[in-house]
Amino acid sequence: MKFLPALTDCLRQSLERSRNFLSDGLNAVWSLGGVVDEALLEELEELLISADLGADVAREFLELVREEARHGRVSTPEDLRSTLGRFLEEALAGAVAPLALDQRPSVILVLGVNGGGKTTTCGKLAAALKGDGKSVLLAAADTFRAAAIDQLEAWGKRVGVEVIHQAPGSDPAAVVFDAAKAAVARGVDVLIVDTAGRLHTKSNLMEELAKLKRVVGRQLPGAPHESLMVLDATTGQNGLAQAKTFHAGVGLTGLILTKLDGTAKGGIVVRIHRELGLPIKLVGTGERVEDLQPFDPKVFVGGLLPE
Amino acid sequence: MFDTLTQRLTAIFDRLRGYGRLTEENIQEALREVRVALLEADVNFRVVKAFIERVRARAVGQDVLQSLTPGQQIVKVVHDELMELLGGSGHRLAMAPHPPTVIMLMGLQGSGKTTSAAKLARHFQRQGQHPLLAAADVYRPAAVEQLKTLGGQLQIPVVGSAGQKPLEICQEALRTAADRGLSPVIVDTAGRLHIDEPMLEELRTLKREVRPHHVLLVADAMTGQDAVTMAERFNSAVGTDAVIMTKLDGDARGGAALSIRQVTGRPIAFVGVGEKPDAFEPFHPDRMASRILGMGDVVSLVEKAQASVDQAKAEELAKKIREESFTLEDFAQQLRQLRSMGPLGELLEMVPFFKGAKGIPAELRGEESELRRYEAIIGSMTPRERLEPQIINGSRRTRIARGSGTSVQDVNRLLKQYAQLKKMMRGLKQLEGRAGTLKGLPFQIPRR
Ligand SMILES: Nc1nc2c(ncn2[C@@H]2O[C@H](COP(=O)(O)OP(=O)(O)OP(=O)(O)O)[C@@H](O)[C@H]2O)c(=O)[nH]1
Ligand SMILES: Nc1nc2c(ncn2[C@@H]2O[C@H](COP(=O)(O)OP(=O)(O)OP(=O)(O)O)[C@@H](O)[C@H]2O)c(=O)[nH]1
Ligand SMILES: [Mg+2]
Ligand SMILES: [Mg+2]
Repeated sequence: MKFLPALTDCLRQSLERSRNFLSDGLNAVWSLGGVVDEALLEELEELLISADLGADVAREFLELVREEARHGRVSTPEDLRSTLGRFLEEALAGAVAPLALDQRPSVILVLGVNGGGKTTTCGKLAAALKGDGKSVLLAAADTFRAAAIDQLEAWGKRVGVEVIHQAPGSDPAAVVFDAAKAAVARGVDVLIVDTAGRLHTKSNLMEELAKLKRVVGRQLPGAPHESLMVLDATTGQNGLAQAKTFHAGVGLTGLILTKLDGTAKGGIVVRIHRELGLPIKLVGTGERVEDLQPFDPKVFVGGLLPE
Repeated sequence: MFDTLTQRLTAIFDRLRGYGRLTEENIQEALREVRVALLEADVNFRVVKAFIERVRARAVGQDVLQSLTPGQQIVKVVHDELMELLGGSGHRLAMAPHPPTVIMLMGLQGSGKTTSAAKLARHFQRQGQHPLLAAADVYRPAAVEQLKTLGGQLQIPVVGSAGQKPLEICQEALRTAADRGLSPVIVDTAGRLHIDEPMLEELRTLKREVRPHHVLLVADAMTGQDAVTMAERFNSAVGTDAVIMTKLDGDARGGAALSIRQVTGRPIAFVGVGEKPDAFEPFHPDRMASRILGMGDVVSLVEKAQASVDQAKAEELAKKIREESFTLEDFAQQLRQLRSMGPLGELLEMVPFFKGAKGIPAELRGEESELRRYEAIIGSMTPRERLEPQIINGSRRTRIARGSGTSVQDVNRLLKQYAQLKKMMRGLKQLEGRAGTLKGLPFQIPRR
């Protein structure tokens, strides 16, 4: 993936905000007594939980700290910090992967629960790929939500990318069918499909998604080349259920973590990655066209830790 | 996730039951599990800490130790305490003495404000009022169109256009409402971060100039630990009168409800339970408490059922379950009743038995449109086919599909589900022995 070469200041800034939290937190924790005791471990656990890493991941980290302490390797706040940094980076090993863009057209299916940022991400991604010299087509396969098509069309206009769409209420599979045909006819490099938000618990809607996947797959063998689940960084532990169910239902190739410009840290992706091994392909850091970045675990962990 | 949690708690409480009487250590262990359960449910860790202390204080010595069924007693202490903290039910949005009443929505991006604005308007429309919607999100692409589409579907007028300023739109809404005698005026605002000062300032300006009677914070039930920061900032920067929790139709345990309630001290007025304008309900702390704890929402099930099921029919059904003579005809009748109550799967999910055991077969989690399709399919069968579904062979399936405007796959699916339901009913019948009477099942599940 050529596009998005360097991290912009924007991402750094937005992560800066969350950064101080844990570092201040660690110092505060340490000042409790300077020894690894139950009180300190409990505070540590809470620090991790407050970032939505989940009780399981937190408990595992505590085990590690206990172990390190037994060997006398934790005697300063810096030791704690580096132990935590290593732990998280290890937990995220393999979480980086480029977008699969080798085919022509490459089809990217964008899916997830309601309101996570799918449509916005489709717009931003179209712009980024276009900026990279690729020709892009968008497909408005959310025919259900009020004005979802208008919203994607507005994005299409904003970033100068054509949007294949039909009337509201029409069959999303038909839209995808048309879009795949158009993508071939026009010889574009990438087709990005925006789908309707759906809760993973609604089996009929999951089935609809599986059907979309089958429809493009029949037209373009190997497509969709990416099935990316959009996850709002404010999401708590339910994010794991979302990822599991979408993965089981349609087979995900990765995650997109949006809204990292807020105060939530998106720690649930650590748990998701550990359980499902899914890479985090992109992060969203705002509502503007340029607010999309590749995922960088160092920066992500750095958001939780002092450098 | 969902099930393991219930099982974990159930296991603990079963173990407690086994002790007969509790020691402080037993409570300790149970409370550790409750703590994990609450954290897993996304209740903020600080709120959890305070909560556990409260429960401990209440449980130790008194209630629990003197009880004959200590396990149940702890569940009850935890549940009651949760309910108390979640606040009363049926918080009403009082109408202003001089109309129009103005209600402003605010919240993070994508939390469900625009949808909730339409749902609120629908709610008041059903009460015989004449609401007006103000589309004051001029930033997000097609936000105004979204509200206009929803208003159009509900025949509720919407003012606003993307070219105007939010304040202008609100002022126009107030004028329109006064001219046409409309009330309440419901103001949809753009999604914004709680750390975005200029955008918070916009809300303050709207509040100062438009003087809403109610400012509602719209929050997503899937929100994690950050719910407290978000709610606290919106509350201190703008001021929150009440809360709407959205997307409770999923399996998020919704611990954010407790967190938000705790940091704002404001009541939760409504919950969103779907994407459609009618998927909106008053908040019930008892249901929310059960949900956060992960125990089947028995109360809610009984309530829902009582509202729409004829008792005699239910008795008859129970009899049929007992005699295993539940036919497709009965199935069609049940579907009609279920349709007035919500998705079958959702209903069944409230019964601890199904949740705890193997859960509900995916096929049984239908939506309304599916139920309607099934009714059509059964409608296209001959009386004999309804009584003896085993005779429905390939050519009959094709005929039924054609007659009902569905596909053979649909017919197959229905028959499969019917078979599954029968199987589950056999399971229920076995449960009867353990759990008491089966009167009126599946609509009167014995309380555990
Ligand atoms: N702050 C911030 N807002 C975002 C980001 N991504 C999306 N949003 C906003 O989140 C809201 C929802 O985004 P959409 O793109 O409409 O979400 P969606 O998943 O398509 O929603 P549905 O199609 O209704 O399920 C909009 O107000 C977006 O502007 C992000 O990275 N940061
Ligand atoms: N399943 C479910 N979906 C909901 C509920 N409430 C809202 N939604 C969906 O959530 C998504 C976002 O809802 P919106 O009403 O557009 O959210 P918003 O807060 O106005 O978003 P922005 O204006 O972009 O900040 C849409 O897909 C809605 O259909 C709910 O209670 N249940
Ligand atoms: Mg969308
Ligand atoms: Mg909106």
